[in-house]
Formats: sequence, structure tokens, C-alpha cells
Amino acid sequence: MKLEMKDRPGQLVAALKPISAVGGNIKAVIHQRETPAVTETLDVQIVLELPEGRLPHLLDLFQEQGVSVVRIDEERLLYECTLIMIGHLMHTDLSDTVDCIDRTGSAEVTGLSLVMPAINAPSSARITIRSTTRAEMMKAIRILRGVAEQKSLLIIEPLEGA
Amino acid sequence: MMRIALLGLGSVGRGIARTILAKNLDITVTGLADSHSGIIDAGGIDLLAVLERKEAGGPCGSPGVSPADVVAEAEYDVLVEVTPTNVKTAEPALGYMRTALRRQKHVVTSNKGPIAIAYPELQALAKENGVFLKYEATVCGAIPLIHAITEGLAGNTISRLSGVFNGTCNYILTRMAAEGLTYEQALDEARELGYAEADPTYDVEGIDAAIKLVILANAVLDMRVTLDDVERTGITLLSPEALELAEDQDCTIRLIGEIIPGAGVLRVSPRIIGKAHPLVVEGTLNAVTVGADLAGDLTFIGKGAGSIETASAVIGDLLAIRERYVQGS
Repeated sequence: MKLEMKDRPGQLVAALKPISAVGGNIKAVIHQRETPAVTETLDVQIVLELPEGRLPHLLDLFQEQGVSVVRIDEERLLYECTLIMIGHLMHTDLSDTVDCIDRTGSAEVTGLSLVMPAINAPSSARITIRSTTRAEMMKAIRILRGVAEQKSLLIIEPLEGA
Repeated sequence: MMRIALLGLGSVGRGIARTILAKNLDITVTGLADSHSGIIDAGGIDLLAVLERKEAGGPCGSPGVSPADVVAEAEYDVLVEVTPTNVKTAEPALGYMRTALRRQKHVVTSNKGPIAIAYPELQALAKENGVFLKYEATVCGAIPLIHAITEGLAGNTISRLSGVFNGTCNYILTRMAAEGLTYEQALDEARELGYAEADPTYDVEGIDAAIKLVILANAVLDMRVTLDDVERTGITLLSPEALELAEDQDCTIRLIGEIIPGAGVLRVSPRIIGKAHPLVVEGTLNAVTVGADLAGDLTFIGKGAGSIETASAVIGDLLAIRERYVQGS
């Protein structure tokens, strides 16, 4: 998530405390240098990760501290992982396989590329999963592994994680 | 001068004999045996004559002399045990090694069985008898991985070890990716070139790679694990379409062995990996990345098998022992 605020004296310090108070993790603080120097204030951008559902509380705390947020750019599904599945993907109900991930609510299948070389031959698919956190991604992959075992599918995971 | 007893005259044993003949290493072979015959000669065995007899299809020595006789009776400083691997019982090699260690002889081996199954016992026995057990050749052929981790990286904590531990699988996957071959076609090609056995199960099901992980885990990472602790998936179900799907994203698929000591992860499985990743090596090569806290990541690439290449690791162990422990005789 990206927060943009005016860089008035003391604003940044006032903004940092509430972020840690709600369990947020600051990834970057960027001053918008391209803003004309004639203006009194500079824009400052904070890129952070926040546990699900904590944003309203954070905004309340900001208000108490007198921090004014100009813009919020929320990206919910920050983590992406691409895997390959091999097996009888259609005969074992591909949409059910996808549903198992989507049902978690914190991870989604956002891409699927399927190759079916011949009737009755095993097919291969590249599946892209996005999730809110790294832990949710690990959970989604564990679910997929379980489903694959039941359906006799081979799952190929990336060497480097999400 | 260092005196050795050499057990096993297969590809590795002959590679060692040829290397001793070709280089002035000051190593004398005083005992020698293959599965059918043996020689004991305190004055030094004529290796050239042995290799010629072997080449002609004959026994290396007299049928009355068994490997057990050589181990128990010959006068030597180091037992070089390079007989074929038995992953179930590790015998008969395990018994030979016990006898040699009890006789206070150092042991150097390329045999994965005894090291994977009985490393703690053998190491304790070596210590008890004031001698050394070395096994560089059991993992990744010519790559001096054990030396690198135990000596070069001494003092580091190893957080992760991952790599391509099986040349046969790497060859098959390289060919499937490069030519769009099916698994069966690539396997046939590997067989024709002598890279795969008639029964390739041991390689393609990831058993060989898993054994190497067990050796590394027990011997250099202080874990206590067995082959059953390794989560293992082979490459037999891989499709050329899967490799194409990886290729579309500038990736490929390799059989990767992985140990994460802190998380108890021991795993052999096909993995998607960026083509620019240092572990993506071609053909029968092996590659291992060691993640060390002080040194950072180090990647070793080299030949994982072959007669002279494996002999290189055995000779390295022998000379390391001589350097430190064998007082001339």
C-alpha cells in the first residue's frame, strides 16, 4: 500500500508511530523531489505492508496525530508465485482445484495457461497465485500440494519463493 | 610413502589406479581386490599389469584372496573403499570399513551406502581408533564440497544448501528443454550415451540425490536423518509442455535437492528456476549453492561423476590424510 502525505515538519515522525502500532511494516519512504520547490511542502510517499483489516484503525490514529493523508494506493495481493501442474487436470476438475485456492479469501488464482497435447494424455498448466502476505502464499501452496496429492497431479514449485 | 589397500576395480577404482600410475604421488598399493579376486603384496602391486589383466576381462588377482582378506591382512595406511553402492544395507562395504577402522587404518571412500546409513557409527569408530574417515567422492564427484564446507567455510553457519546433485536427471531435463523431447526420448538418449542405467529408477526418482542430501545433512550439517526423512519427487512425469510453459517466463525446470537445516527441510523435487540462475547448468554437470552466514552464497559447479573425476576426490582425501596424519613408513 502506498500513502502520500504532505511533508510538513514533524509529519513523518507522527506517521511512523501509528504504523508500527497497528503492526504495519514500512518498506520505503520516498520524498517526491519533482514537486516544485516553490511550494511550502513536499510530498512524501510511504510504502508499507499492513495486516488485513487494519487500515481504518491506522487512518483514525493518523487523524489523532494530525497527519493528513493525500492519497491511498492499496494493493491487496502483494505476493505472486507461479507454479506448474502436470496431470489429468481437466478430468480432475480444474475449476475445483482453482476454487481451493480462491476459497481462502487471502490468495487467488490470477492466471492460468493450459496445454493439452492429446486426448487422454496428461496436460500441463502454469498457474499464477497472488496473496496478501508471504504466510498466506505458503498456506495456498500447502493447500495446492494437498489437492495435487489427492488428484495425482505433479506440482512444480519455484526454487525461490514468492 | 603412503600405502593403500584398494577395494573395487570398477570405473572409480580403475581411475584411481590410472592416476597413481600417471602421477608421481608417492602412493603404493599393497592390497587390492575386486569382487572375484585379490592380491596382497607388501612390496607394492604392479598396477599396470592389474589394469591390463582387468582390460582383458580376467580377474585382477588370485581367486583365493577375498576383499575381506585384503582388509584384514594386508599392511596399509589407508583403506580406499570404492565398491558399488548398496543403499539398503551398505554391505559388504560397511563391514570392510569397520574392520579397517578397528585396525587403526584410515578410510577413504566413494561409496554412498555406508556414509548415508552409518556415518555416526563410523565416525565414532574412527575417532576411537585415532584415524580418519573421508568421503569427499560420495557427493558430487569432482566438486570438493565436503572440504569446502568443513574446512574452507569452518566457522560459518550454513542456512541453506541447494543444488543439482544428479547428472543423469540434469542431462534429461537439459535435452527436454533444448529439443522439446519427451521424457522417454531424453531417457533413451541418456542410456545410449551411458549417462543412464538400464534401470534408471535410482537416478530419475531422485533417490541418488536424496542419498547425497542425507550424507551432507549428517556429515557436515550435524543433522540426524535417514533416507525416509527426505521428501522426494522424481522427474518421470515431466512433460515437454511443462518445460515450454517455464520457458515462456524465461525459466526452466531442474531437479533440485534442498536442505534448510533451521526449518528441517530435506527435499528433492523438480523446481521452476530462472534460466540465469547459477544452478542452471547444462548436461551432466552438478551445481551446489551453499548459503553461509559469514561468506554469503557460494556456488560450486563441476563434474558429478566419471572415472578420473571421482578419482580426483579420492586422491584429494588421500593426500589430505597424508599431509596431516600419516607419518612415513
